[in-house]
Amino acid sequence: MSLRLYVPGDMCSVALGADEVCGALAIEAAKKSMSIEIVRNGSRGLFPIEPLVEIETAEGRIGYGPVFPEDVPALVAAGLFEGAPHAKRVGKPEELPFFKSQTRLTFARNGITDPQSFDDYVAHGGMKGLNRALELGPAAVVEEVLQSGLRGRGGAGFPTGIKWKTVAETKGEQKYIVCNADEGDSGTFADRMVMEGDPFMLIEGMAIAGVAVGATKGYVYIRSEYPFAVTAMERAIETARERGLLGRNIGGSAFSFDMDVRMGAGAYVCGEETSLLESLEGKRGLVRAKPPLPAHKGLFGRPTVINNVLSLAAIPYILAEGFAAYRDYGMGRSRGTMPIQLAGNIKNGGLYETPFGVTLGDIVNVIGGGAESGRPVRAVQVGGPLGAYFPPSLFDTPFDYEAFAARDGLIGHAGVVVFDDTADMLKQARFAMEFCAVESCGKCTPCRIGSIRGVETIDKIAAGEDREANLVLLEDLCHTMKLGSLCALGGFTPYPVMSALTHFPEDFGGPKARLEAAE
Amino acid sequence: MPDYIAWSPEQAVAVIAAEADKEGALMPILHALARTFGWIPDEAVPLIAGILNLSRADVHGVLTFYHDFRRSPPPRHVVKLCRAEACQARGGDALAAHAERTLGQKIDAHAHSAGGHENVSLEPVYCLGLCASGPNALVDGRPHARLTADRFDALMAETVR
Ligand SMILES: Cc1cc2nc3c(=O)[nH]c(=O)nc-3n(C[C@H](O)[C@H](O)[C@H](O)COP(=O)(O)O)c2cc1C
Ligand code: SF4
Ligand code: FES
Repeated sequence: MSLRLYVPGDMCSVALGADEVCGALAIEAAKKSMSIEIVRNGSRGLFPIEPLVEIETAEGRIGYGPVFPEDVPALVAAGLFEGAPHAKRVGKPEELPFFKSQTRLTFARNGITDPQSFDDYVAHGGMKGLNRALELGPAAVVEEVLQSGLRGRGGAGFPTGIKWKTVAETKGEQKYIVCNADEGDSGTFADRMVMEGDPFMLIEGMAIAGVAVGATKGYVYIRSEYPFAVTAMERAIETARERGLLGRNIGGSAFSFDMDVRMGAGAYVCGEETSLLESLEGKRGLVRAKPPLPAHKGLFGRPTVINNVLSLAAIPYILAEGFAAYRDYGMGRSRGTMPIQLAGNIKNGGLYETPFGVTLGDIVNVIGGGAESGRPVRAVQVGGPLGAYFPPSLFDTPFDYEAFAARDGLIGHAGVVVFDDTADMLKQARFAMEFCAVESCGKCTPCRIGSIRGVETIDKIAAGEDREANLVLLEDLCHTMKLGSLCALGGFTPYPVMSALTHFPEDFGGPKARLEAAE
Repeated sequence: MPDYIAWSPEQAVAVIAAEADKEGALMPILHALARTFGWIPDEAVPLIAGILNLSRADVHGVLTFYHDFRRSPPPRHVVKLCRAEACQARGGDALAAHAERTLGQKIDAHAHSAGGHENVSLEPVYCLGLCASGPNALVDGRPHARLTADRFDALMAETVR
């Protein structure tokens, strides 16, 4: 029997040298005339230990990481194939505090199974959700999702059950399920990890959505910056068709559902749902005015459910275990778990799934271990390029949609980007405006022109030109963008800008903000 | 460098026809052309418009809306450096300045092949989803993480030449 090893095929691990590590392992095994089998799993989600090489032993899987290609010969000589001690041996990965303290509902299989093995998927609880959904029937499935309290994970936090109910009640010959996998926010990678590391779960979630609302066709719209996810989803869809998860009479039922992958083309605004639908229709990604809602007139004018990857990926668990199992996690109106993404200058960067309610300070300092540079943390941007910058004085904010909103921030897709004390917050505010200018779809003036004026105004402030007057002008501009923009690209760009200005006035030439002490 | 084939209208028509029956076929067609030829010349516009029964203006509008589609022949090598916030927080700006200096060109989405190193085009990308391990880049489509100035130079020496 050959020795089984696991080396992630996930894009980040590959970017860190995982493919070359596999090659080096194969060479060392050949030298010892050993037969090895390398499974390309997803990443478990702690990137400082990637590439993580795991060896299957009698006591379970033993990990070594980070393993770079040049480390392999010495590691093998030291007994890596036998699970021997070494400075890079991390033991059983699931016992590391970073993993042990998580509540993994959506990410339960990620990093553990072979993402492209349908048998592995089923052996680890896959298909239970769809099978139960088929027993319950459409109306009861919608009710389960409503009762679970699941809110859209793409950013806006709209209740998923209400969206499904609307589509279920709207008449239409053809309805669609569209999965938003545009994941454009800097600091986010959970969608990517789902698609690369557990693609059948997303397919199952979409199939359940199809059953619930009466849709027979789905699309997953993946950004072109994610070539690994595109390939992983395409392969998994093929397999799902062969195994009866997609196609006619799915799971042996009377329902049919099939889906395809579509690729974006480098436009951030195409993550906005109506812009995404335009793009899927083969048009420019211009944002549509609402109403009509996509639920009434979506893709090709037909009733359409459009949900984020994480929203749809949460569905198989909710159906398999029942809505209460999911709903009982969380705080306030934020139910269930959130796959939080720790990014930027942070020691323990990676994916951390946990019930809502954990404080920002715990996320950054306890779980994340503070800045990787070892310097003090100065600012944290939560929710991508449209999210606010929070100073340590706001680290008591719990991870909850309403709590963040109450402090002029947002959770968005739960990316947490950490900056140390070398960050220049005027520069970050300028970048927010510049990004808006580059990515604006051009439909509304406050967004298209306002963002360009914003960059110019910030440049003047930086140069000390008419500082007071230009600060007033910048605030006015933000106000106009907030009120006069059709979508959140123009409407929310003021969040990073104003939060930088409010919490870090000293970077704009003003006196220091008063609230500094808390952390 | 990916193996693109030289532009040919006959080949293009075959590529377009293979995708034309899909729902909302225009994006898959543009991607297929880009994959085949590495760029989409303006000559392709009437071909697509004819097959899909759209106006040329519509096709042109879509082609020019998206950052991904090149309208001039591809450079031999493309370096896409992540310029988004999480990479900025990890030294992305310093790496960007280094890359601009060593390759002798500004990071520019539209100046494919303009100035500097004749073989390389240095372009921005806004997040690759590797945000805990930056600064990151795609070099000829392959991802690279935790780049430093030294690792960047080594990578360029290996790939670009
Ligand atoms: C500029 C902009 C970009 C967006 N990008 C994304 C994205 O990349 N992924 C996503 O799921 N939602 C994104 N959204 C939110 C979507 O418009 C929409 O709310 C979401 O797809 C609905 O799915 P959910 O209810 O499951 O969250 C974006 C919104 C805006 C305004
Ligand atoms: S706010 Fe900006 S991106 Fe949104 S619709 Fe208006 S112009 Fe387009
Ligand atoms: S911000 Fe650079 S990879 Fe995400």
